[in-house]
Amino acid sequence: MTAAAWLHRHVGARLALLLAAPLTWLIAVYLAPLGLLFLTAFWQTDSFTGLVQRRLTTANFVDVFTEPAYLTALARTVGVALVVTLACIVIGLPMALFMAKVAAPRWQPVLLALVLTPLWASYLVKVYAWRTILGATGGLGLGAVVLVLTYLWLPYMVLPLYTGLTSMRASLLDAAADLGAPPGRVVRTVVLPLLAPSVIAGSIFTFSLSLGDYITVQLVGGTSQMLGNVVYANFSTDLPFAAAVATLPVLVMIGYLLAARRSGALEQL
Amino acid sequence: MIDSRTARWALGAAMAAGLAFIYLPLAVVLVNSFNASPTFGWPPTSLTTRWWSAAVDNAGVREATWTSIQVAAAATAIALVLGTLASMAVARYEFFGRDVVSLLLVLPIALPGIVTGIALNSLFTSFLGGLTLMTLIIGHATFCIVVVFNNATARLRRLSGSVEEASMDLGATRATTWRLVTFPALRGSLFAGGLLAFGLSFDEIIVTTFTAGPGIQTLPLWIFQNLFRPNQAPVVNVVAAVLVVVSVVPVYLANRLTGEQSLAGGRM
Repeated sequence: MTAAAWLHRHVGARLALLLAAPLTWLIAVYLAPLGLLFLTAFWQTDSFTGLVQRRLTTANFVDVFTEPAYLTALARTVGVALVVTLACIVIGLPMALFMAKVAAPRWQPVLLALVLTPLWASYLVKVYAWRTILGATGGLGLGAVVLVLTYLWLPYMVLPLYTGLTSMRASLLDAAADLGAPPGRVVRTVVLPLLAPSVIAGSIFTFSLSLGDYITVQLVGGTSQMLGNVVYANFSTDLPFAAAVATLPVLVMIGYLLAARRSGALEQL
Repeated sequence: MIDSRTARWALGAAMAAGLAFIYLPLAVVLVNSFNASPTFGWPPTSLTTRWWSAAVDNAGVREATWTSIQVAAAATAIALVLGTLASMAVARYEFFGRDVVSLLLVLPIALPGIVTGIALNSLFTSFLGGLTLMTLIIGHATFCIVVVFNNATARLRRLSGSVEEASMDLGATRATTWRLVTFPALRGSLFAGGLLAFGLSFDEIIVTTFTAGPGIQTLPLWIFQNLFRPNQAPVVNVVAAVLVVVSVVPVYLANRLTGEQSLAGGRM
């Protein structure tokens, strides 16, 4: 029997051949370091020698949760991520509605391209542009961070909303309107519930990207710090502590992803 | 369809305002690259092309661009192979743990970049003898796999498996079926996925900061280092403007060559 014929009969072997390389890669250069990082979070840095002591302790987590400055940074980070996500929905939904349900079909791809093209422009360039604009008006600070992050991640929200809306049957909206619902109520009671998976899909990006950002904060945030800045600042001097802080957004995101998977939103990514 | 005239007008206004919001900062970058004042007073009083010739002559910019292209090309090549393999498995087979595999593929972009960055950094520095150009490429390839995977999987789901079965029933081997049936159907989405991976890698700064070996400078790293140097500001402005203009190219290419709408930019 030739190798090809043997493979043809053994589904498991074919699957193993397909998955071997990608899974080995992801486990070796992604899951393993992530696990190692999580383990490091339970080690400690000797304050005299600056060396990492490989003895299990929860001291880093105790520090994070008892030091008011870190708690403030955690609350601020989750708060900024939530506000940015909400702002992206509020700005993105009317745009997606217009693109999917008002614009003539011939204009839809053009509008979509207009919304998505800036994603290809460099991240740093966009933050830098806002720094130029806001710096001239002296408006740097937490508000600027929210504004710039909303700007950066908006297309990630518009795209899934638009895709979700185009696959939504027009007759549902017509039925609601025929039964006397004003447009606002149609959006609230019909469109939004049907659109929930798309909103979740978009929010995974707006939320996660905001949680981990430290560069935008450095460039336009003035003196306010987010979790990413705490990680970055401690990374070279106290890796275990930085690892403990970095664990927080990971836990938040894993909870978020598990909830998202249940709603079927991951299929839309 | 939305029938109310007021609603249509309101949505149209929101669309226009949204597009203005999106393009205003990019316009500022473009205009500033011609701003004759070295302190970049706004609005500009006179325009010049002096900064553009200074940028072209800047060796640092040229080297950084070349490094970025090499890293992005290598990372894309790895991602194309691994992403296609994974998508064939996930889209064509039912198996225990398939959801876990999909989740694992998404994880590198769903988790914050700084987490990926420091995790890879401590792996490379403590076990693999430090950072090099190779470690940077490995870091980039890891988060690029998913964009190829997503594009290929979406295409494979639409392409019925029965086409491939028909080919094999007619006597073609698996290799021939891949070469003559599956690959031609996938080509467009692989191109789009590869383009996305390239763009994502070219622009990445956070994972790059933690995985680039000493002395290795990609274009985003160069921009970041020169952002706070007043005498470099004119050149930074020009580089920024070029990147804004160049960002149109991949969108145009993908529309022309694949006719697919799968060009989401960054991550999707």
